[in-house]
Order: sequence, then structure tokens, then C-alpha cells
Amino acid sequence: MTKRITLPITDEDIKSLKTGDSVLLTGTIITGRDAAHKRLYELLQQGKELPVDLRGEIIYYVGPAPAKPGYVVGPAGPTSSYRMDKYTPALLDLGMKGMIGKGARSQEVIDAIVRNKAVYFAAIGGAAALIAKSIKKEELLCYEDLGTEAVRRYTVEDFPCIVAVDSEGNNVYRRG
Amino acid sequence: MDIRIIDAAAVTAAVKKLFMDCNYFIGSDIMCALETALHTESAPVAQSVLSQIIENDRIAAAEQIPLCQDTGMAVLFVEYGDKTAIDGCFEDAVQQGVREAYEEGYLRKSVVSDPVFDRVNTRDNTPAVIHTRIVPGDKIRITAGGKGFGSENMSAIKMLTPAYGEEGVKRFILDTVRAAGPNPCPPIVVGVGIGGTFERAAQLAKKATFRPIDTENPDPRYAAMERELLEEINQMGFGPAGLGGKTTALGVNIETFPTHIAGMPVAVNICCHAARHASTEI
Repeated sequence: MTKRITLPITDEDIKSLKTGDSVLLTGTIITGRDAAHKRLYELLQQGKELPVDLRGEIIYYVGPAPAKPGYVVGPAGPTSSYRMDKYTPALLDLGMKGMIGKGARSQEVIDAIVRNKAVYFAAIGGAAALIAKSIKKEELLCYEDLGTEAVRRYTVEDFPCIVAVDSEGNNVYRRG
Repeated sequence: MDIRIIDAAAVTAAVKKLFMDCNYFIGSDIMCALETALHTESAPVAQSVLSQIIENDRIAAAEQIPLCQDTGMAVLFVEYGDKTAIDGCFEDAVQQGVREAYEEGYLRKSVVSDPVFDRVNTRDNTPAVIHTRIVPGDKIRITAGGKGFGSENMSAIKMLTPAYGEEGVKRFILDTVRAAGPNPCPPIVVGVGIGGTFERAAQLAKKATFRPIDTENPDPRYAAMERELLEEINQMGFGPAGLGGKTTALGVNIETFPTHIAGMPVAVNICCHAARHASTEI
């Protein structure tokens, strides 16, 4: 069964999501990956204000390809999440409610998900052309100099993903 | 002796086409393997992931857009005929082809100038990694691919010694795939290089990822090892997108080279299901 979630995500939504659930997200999400995370984390370490308000938001680990004329965005699939593990607990403690990426997370991230009643979604790696169809609008928020790694707001409709770690810490990747 | 003169612009045009083609059109070997896997899987999540990957690859081809946003670092294997001469600089001509493909083909620029300190994007995806061999003949044969780093980061090399034998080689390959788990965008293609020196093993492993997966190693012993490894990897359970299933790998390709009496280097280069490569001859 596929669950439809309208963003911003509520605490009730998060509580209802269980690991393995297929989900379609509609609303706005914020993009950011390696370089943007490093900058945001360094600002937090210095006690400075962030250029983007992540409270209540879901961050999507993506660095899209350029958009062809006539397209809103280029192909935009998830990148590997583990590279953001160092930075994620601090952002969750700040009030961010979820992440979309691909692949396993560290125990520290899973603990932070449980502590903050958040959720980690997996999108399908390498399905970038398909995923881009659900992105209807993009807006630059900050770090334009990072190019593909800049922080943007995406307006999405029925963005497909799967609950990989739910708010109780159940992990879809525990196998192998 | 007749020397064939090749225009540098012809090299640039060929390289440009290779990188655009390989990023838009998945190989028929991969598409066939994905469709076979769809019939093998019984879990709904695994089936759903495979269907979406197949649909994605069809959209990319139909619209001529990259099938993955990570259009990779450009890698080329060049067989350069010794009866040819370039009217211009070969290296510059190749880099120009990469530059034009990534700029005009709407491919992502993913290369940074310095690995440790600056990490500033070069903005045209150059430089490419070029492996050149001089071979007899008057042609230039190029096999090229964009290598995504989600899977590249999961690769490993080990200097095994002869006493490890066949079992030791298989264990290292399986351990590397198991450690990679759900991260390298399974179902993966596993490229293995065995023998040579440290760097030759790594180069062979990359070359192995560029070999179509519906081919096998010409030596029946290595062909058997390819089949056995594929079977064992697919029993690990990671499955498509790492969400569980019977299809963790689509293929295992092994390439070998003679080695030293004291050594048995093994390199494992992991490639995602978007295994992009294309070949041409000038």
C-alpha cells in the first residue's frame, strides 16, 4: 500500500510511517549534499545562524544534472546518504524532520532519528530521469557558488520513496 | 611506411558522441538483465524498484536525458594504432570531446580541481582519466564511460599472496560486495582485476566493468568463477536498491594479467546498475 503525505510533514504523519512503507510526498523539500552540509555544520559549530531554516523540513540529498530547455530540473536522483552521517544528527537536533537519500545510515544518525521523532526515506538510486518528473518547481535558496550542490527548494508532487528508518529506529537495510 | 593522419577534430567528435550516448542509452545487456531480474524477483518491493529502473532507463533514452544525475568522471580506454598520427594534440582532443559532451549534452559536471584542499569544480568535467595502449594498426579504438562515484567509493584493492589461492580471491571479492551492501545502487556490476601489479589490477577491474555482462572470460576457469560469484552475491539478499531481494548483482566480469611469483593482486571495482560505457573506432 502506498501512503500519500502532504508536506510539511506532521508528527502524526511521522508516527504513522513504518519502515518499508511506500510513500508519495507532495509539497516542498530542500536540497543539500556534501559541500552544503559541511558549510551548514561549520556555521552551527561556530554558533552562527544558518542561511536556510531547516526546522520542520525534509532535506533531499541530490546534485541534479543540468535541465534541458523545457524541463524544470535535470535528472535528480538521490546520492549516498552515509557521507552526510557526520552532519545529520546536529541538523535533526535543530528541528529538521527528515532526510531523503539512498543507502544505510550510521547508528548515530538512527539514534538522532529516534530522539527527534524524525524519518529517513530512501529514493531509488539511478532512477533520476523518472524521479525528476515529480519535481514541479525549483528555487535557489543559498550557496549558488556550489553549482549542482547549491541549496534549493523543490516543489514536488507524488515524489516516490520508501521509509528506510522510521521514528522508532527500525532499519530497512539491516541484512546481508 | 604509410601513416594515416587523423584530424584532432575527429577524435573530439567521437569522444563527445561516446559520452552523450552512454549517459542517455543504457546497454542492451543491462536492459535484458534487468528484465530477467524482474521475472526472478517475487518480493513486491524488489519488483517495484526494478520496474522503476527499467521505466527510468526508457525515459532517458526516449528524451535523450541522462539516466542518472551522476554522469560520472570520464574514463577512456584507448587502443592507439601505431600507424596513425594526429593532426593536433591527442590528449587535448580527447579532453575537448569530454568538455563538449558535458556542456552541450546537459551532463553534470562532477570533477573538482584538487582532491584535498581546494575541491573547486572545474565546471566542464575535465580532466578525464585516459588509459592508452599502443597497438598495431592504423585505427584508434576508444571505449569510454562515465563512472559514478556512489559505486566507485565502494571499490577496493588488496595485495593477496599466492597462498590465498582461488578461495582467497573469492572471499575478498565477496567481502567487498558485502561491505558495500545497499550503498552502490544495486543491482550492481562487479568488475574484478586479478594479477599484474598494484595499478594494473585496478585498471583491469575498471576495464572489466566496461565489458558487456552477456560475455564471459575466455578462460573457462575464470568464467566458472564469474558464475559462482554472481550466484553467491545474489544470495546476500541486498536486492534492488538494497531494499531486499534476489538481485544484488547483474553480472561479475573478471579480467586477468600475468603477475609476480610473490603476488596475487585483486581489485574489485563496483559499478551501479547504470553501467554506462560505449565504444567506437576511428
